[in-house]
Amino acid sequence: MSEKILLRHEDVANLRELDVYVSDGGYATALRVLKEREPEDIIEEVKASGLRGRGGAGFPTGMKWGFLPKDNPLRYLCVNADESEPGTFKDRQILEHNPHLLLESMVLAAYAIKCHKAYIYIRGEFAQGAKILEEAVREAVAGGHLGEDIYGTGFDLDVVVHRGAGAYICGEETGLIESLEGKRAYPRVKPPFPAVYGVFGAPTIVNNVETLCCVRPILERGAQWFKTIGPEKSPGPKLYCVSGHVERPGVYELPMGTNLRELIYDHCGGIPGGKKLKAVIPGGSSVPIFTADEIDVNMDFDSIAAAGSLLGSCGTIVMNEDTCMVRALRIIARFYRHESCGQCTPCREGTGWLERLMIGLEDGGANDRDVDLLMQVADNMMGNTVCVLADAAAMPTKSFVTKFRSEFEEHLQHGGCPQRSAEAMRASAHA
Amino acid sequence: MAVEFSKESKAHFEEILTRYPKKRAAIMPTLWLAQKDFGYLSHEVLAYVAELIEESPAFVASVASFYTMYYKKPMGRHHVQVCTNLSCALVGSDNIVNCIKEKLGIGLGETTPDGKFSLDEVECLASCGTGPMMQIDDDYWEGLTTEKTLEILEKLAAG
Repeated sequence: MSEKILLRHEDVANLRELDVYVSDGGYATALRVLKEREPEDIIEEVKASGLRGRGGAGFPTGMKWGFLPKDNPLRYLCVNADESEPGTFKDRQILEHNPHLLLESMVLAAYAIKCHKAYIYIRGEFAQGAKILEEAVREAVAGGHLGEDIYGTGFDLDVVVHRGAGAYICGEETGLIESLEGKRAYPRVKPPFPAVYGVFGAPTIVNNVETLCCVRPILERGAQWFKTIGPEKSPGPKLYCVSGHVERPGVYELPMGTNLRELIYDHCGGIPGGKKLKAVIPGGSSVPIFTADEIDVNMDFDSIAAAGSLLGSCGTIVMNEDTCMVRALRIIARFYRHESCGQCTPCREGTGWLERLMIGLEDGGANDRDVDLLMQVADNMMGNTVCVLADAAAMPTKSFVTKFRSEFEEHLQHGGCPQRSAEAMRASAHA
Repeated sequence: MAVEFSKESKAHFEEILTRYPKKRAAIMPTLWLAQKDFGYLSHEVLAYVAELIEESPAFVASVASFYTMYYKKPMGRHHVQVCTNLSCALVGSDNIVNCIKEKLGIGLGETTPDGKFSLDEVECLASCGTGPMMQIDDDYWEGLTTEKTLEILEKLAAG
């Protein structure tokens, strides 16, 4: 797939600006669909395309839209632009460089689900992204692509950009909804799911930025075209975020199901400095890790799940042979302790336990039973909370300990990180 | 009342209210506006926002305290935030943090005596392919080296 769909801004300069976007064929799909097609027909086409949510869960988008109750005329569309999963930096590319692709896709989605008010929940740190989006919304309203009576069809859509203020949990769709309502972002017990009871008590669809941005291409070129890209059960173009120890880190648009080894060695140029690969986190820090000999796997929802991890948000973090796995897990543990919303005891306490155990292992002071205790704490966290943040902390913990246990034992025996004390010795020898 | 929005901010607040069907939903944008105007969210500011939104000060404080980007204490003129999450750590964010600490003579969570800089480490800022990186105020600085970091700080210190 050489043609870029989601990263088209890499091929067309200044695509962020409305007139450039329009001269590149932008908003033509919205115009045609609003004038010629019925909302139900759009939902069917998105269902037929096989599009699955790119935020992490991989839920079929058309099916999600279909869950809206038929009898309630008031409904909301929320765009999840709270991109916060460590290792993930794809949505930011679209928000900053191709905002009208998102807005046009929102018009199409809102038309399909018969919604007239949409919120873009963008993480607070994306101050630049929020400014760009707000400008794009103003431009689109002025150009008649958003607002009242779009293209004279009688269809209205008001779009509001809502800034978060620094909380990972707002990426969880019901946490996002609570936050949008002006509260602490405590995720809700489900069911009811947002499609039935969402923001301000009304039926709500929450979709990730990348997911929504597939909607315009699907309606422009058809569901059948979309299905020709990637595997049958999770088709379409996909944004892969690669970071860590590779020659060319970045966001790559490739067909869903691209092989992980190919991604690392062909697209990203392999590991710098002639180093060997040690491990890869394929889908953001919440998912189980792969060892170097487990990377012959296709990056789509089903293939990765079959190989024992998750595609997640596609944040691929690559680690070379020099990486200390205890240090890496300690950083991950710190993150989840910091981001636990504190609502559920197993998560609030469990994430704290995981971090303390990791500090003991790396800095010294751990007990002989602490490696087992890590596993035990992780087991007790999983499946026992309102949302999956606890699982997101437990899954990497379990996989790191299982796959790199000897390194954890070594830290235990050494009374801290052997690599770090060797570095300190080298440094003092030079001093 | 000592704390009050300017005429301009009051108009902005009125516009914010039109975005949501419920007044409470205006809390977050109003806190942003207040932080911009008053620098940080003191008890007085929280009480003022509470009055505007028609919620209790305790409720507004519970929201403000949940989100890390709302300042609960006075901050330096520039807020330096270095990502030390995994992707950045793999490519040397520790060196960047140490170099900034040394340059500014402060630790994490501290502000320089001249009030110019506050320093924090932060979690992933979605800039993983261009690490190490830091955010200063609204701007991202990516692909950092210690030299580049020092240069940025010096420019800001002079400005």
